[in-house]
Amino acid sequence: MALPAYTTTGERIWHYTFRVICGLIFFFLIFPILVIVPLSFNTVPFFTFTPEMLSLDPEGFSLRWYKDFFTNLNWQGAVWNSFIIAIFSTLIATFLGTLAALGLSRPHVPYRTAIMGVLISPMIVPLIISAAGMFFFYSRLDLQGTHIGVILAHAALSTPFVVITVTATLVGFDESLIRASANLGASPTTTFFKIIVPLILPGVISGALFAFVTSFDEVVVVLFVGSFEQRTIPWQMFSGIREHISPTILAVATLLVIVAIMLLTTVELLRRRNERLRGMTPG
Amino acid sequence: MAEATANNVVLTAPAEKEILTTADGTPLKVSLQRALRREKTRALLLIAPLFLFILITFLMPIFDMLYRGVDNTVMPQYMSRTVQALGEWDPTGEEIPDEPIFEELFLDLKEGAENKTIGRVGKRLNYEKSGMSSLFRKSQRRVKKIEDPPYKEALIKMDKKWGDINTWRLIHRERGKYTMSYYLAGLDMRTDEHGSIRAQDEKRQIYVKLFGRTLWMSALITVICLILAYPISYLLSTLPLRTSNILIILVLLPFWTSLLVRTTSWIALLQQHGVINDLLVWLNVVSEDGRLSMIHNKTGTIIAMVHILLPFMVLPLYSVMKTIPPSYMRAARSLGANPFLAFVRVYMPNTVPGIGAGCILVFIISIGYYITPALVGGTDGTFISNFIAYHISTSLNWGLAAALAVYLLAIVLVLYILYDKVVGINNMKLG
Repeated sequence: MALPAYTTTGERIWHYTFRVICGLIFFFLIFPILVIVPLSFNTVPFFTFTPEMLSLDPEGFSLRWYKDFFTNLNWQGAVWNSFIIAIFSTLIATFLGTLAALGLSRPHVPYRTAIMGVLISPMIVPLIISAAGMFFFYSRLDLQGTHIGVILAHAALSTPFVVITVTATLVGFDESLIRASANLGASPTTTFFKIIVPLILPGVISGALFAFVTSFDEVVVVLFVGSFEQRTIPWQMFSGIREHISPTILAVATLLVIVAIMLLTTVELLRRRNERLRGMTPG
Repeated sequence: MAEATANNVVLTAPAEKEILTTADGTPLKVSLQRALRREKTRALLLIAPLFLFILITFLMPIFDMLYRGVDNTVMPQYMSRTVQALGEWDPTGEEIPDEPIFEELFLDLKEGAENKTIGRVGKRLNYEKSGMSSLFRKSQRRVKKIEDPPYKEALIKMDKKWGDINTWRLIHRERGKYTMSYYLAGLDMRTDEHGSIRAQDEKRQIYVKLFGRTLWMSALITVICLILAYPISYLLSTLPLRTSNILIILVLLPFWTSLLVRTTSWIALLQQHGVINDLLVWLNVVSEDGRLSMIHNKTGTIIAMVHILLPFMVLPLYSVMKTIPPSYMRAARSLGANPFLAFVRVYMPNTVPGIGAGCILVFIISIGYYITPALVGGTDGTFISNFIAYHISTSLNWGLAAALAVYLLAIVLVLYILYDKVVGINNMKLG
């Protein structure tokens, strides 16, 4: 946005001040995430930069905390649990959520608003309330402190994301494609797999990614519905910060930032593909 | 009447002749209705599995919690005899119950001591009146030694609280299957000895204040988020697409990063020997002893939560600002408005839907936040959610936890209805 020739000095000054303010806000957003990366290569068990690190002395850096992460059984158990719980809850959420989104996108759905309200309620209710309710209820069913309990809880929490993303994909869905397919002799099953699935797949995948991230990041419900046996990475980080702060948490955090970057890239690519498929320009 | 009927006949008669039918002879109307019903059933069948799943795994727990807040079955279950006998006793009088009721109490205590269940009654009543837990523990230990009637004398001799009319009034009041006391306690109220509802003692009034603090701090966080989000959303919406697509990554990356990672990094930055304090000491802004305490208090909670919730403000604002044509501002300028006036009178009113959506969203998320206040909030930066967690896992007063959670839920639902009015549930977008 080059400044036109007729701008006054005052406008120029404001223009650049505004940019500086925005730069500072962007810095506020991104700096805390970037700062933990060098901190995780610390040699000492503190969350600070040592003088050696500041003078860029190679002696000041180590992989000590990464080694701890990859050898410590507590952390390894947490990684295993995180993946098991996230994968199974994503499968349940994606399957049920996609079916429901297909139903919701049909032209005649009775009580659509009410149904939608119920289906996305897990997203609206604050996590602490969901966690409290599930803790009480799952204790009655002996599901508290089991993997199944946590998986069911996470699946419930992530379905709204699948419903919303898949419904959004279906908004621009051209119904005549289904009729064309039937007209050309395809059975409903063939139509579903050859026509509907490829078109809604980007939505389903990004819904599944949202579901996966919801479960993978979720800590409140795990704290209550799960126990040590179901500890996930966020669970372990939470109790780590509360009890004994060790830079292993920073190493884990750095790895999670890398995961976040990969997720962001995938979702962004999917979104662009989806828009290209529907004939819109990527924006 | 007769005229009207005749009119109807005249009106409908020609229509019947022209009725349209489908190929198999059924009237078109019937056939279409049947098709519509089939269509509706098919849609509902697709939705049903998820609906049931949410009902069982999510909604039933919430309703169960509503019930937990009034649940008082401990009393009729483990004090069944006393509770029944007390029905005839008059709590407004000044006389403690007579021997027959004490005999029932003795039997309840004896059975409860054998099954080790009487402690639960003590724990339940202790929420209402301190000292009850120890009374029942003592009774559990000593009731075996009492053998012969009169039980009234023996029990009062064992602990004189059994002779206190207020103990009996309490048991009488809490004898039912349901209780109001948790919901009252959540509002800093209690029922006194005479059965009237009054405010809790001054020192024990914490929850209303805590709800107030939660709402106040959330409002503050929301306002700060708005102030920070507005300029960058504006910048993002005016820059060329190529540049803004790169800059928006700076908003989306925090959005996708685990909130524990972000909370951890704020701990690293803000703590006494953290990055910011080290920097300030190095720059000689503060002395070594004068390190700022920015964490484990309100400041820490507000900074970390603003950072965590900022993307939720930027994204709705940005999506609204993107749709405002730049020509509006140019038109205002060419009609003689100075840049400031054009901004305030033309641009800002157009962004109100985005401001509304972002603010309500951030506020809703903020009042229910647990993790960040728990880790960086210390004692004065905690929210109502931290007390719900405390009552679930530390004090084990589940009834009170449930009541507090229900109040919080009520606030969120009211806000959510507001959000629906402003934005609409169906317009909710992700990423």
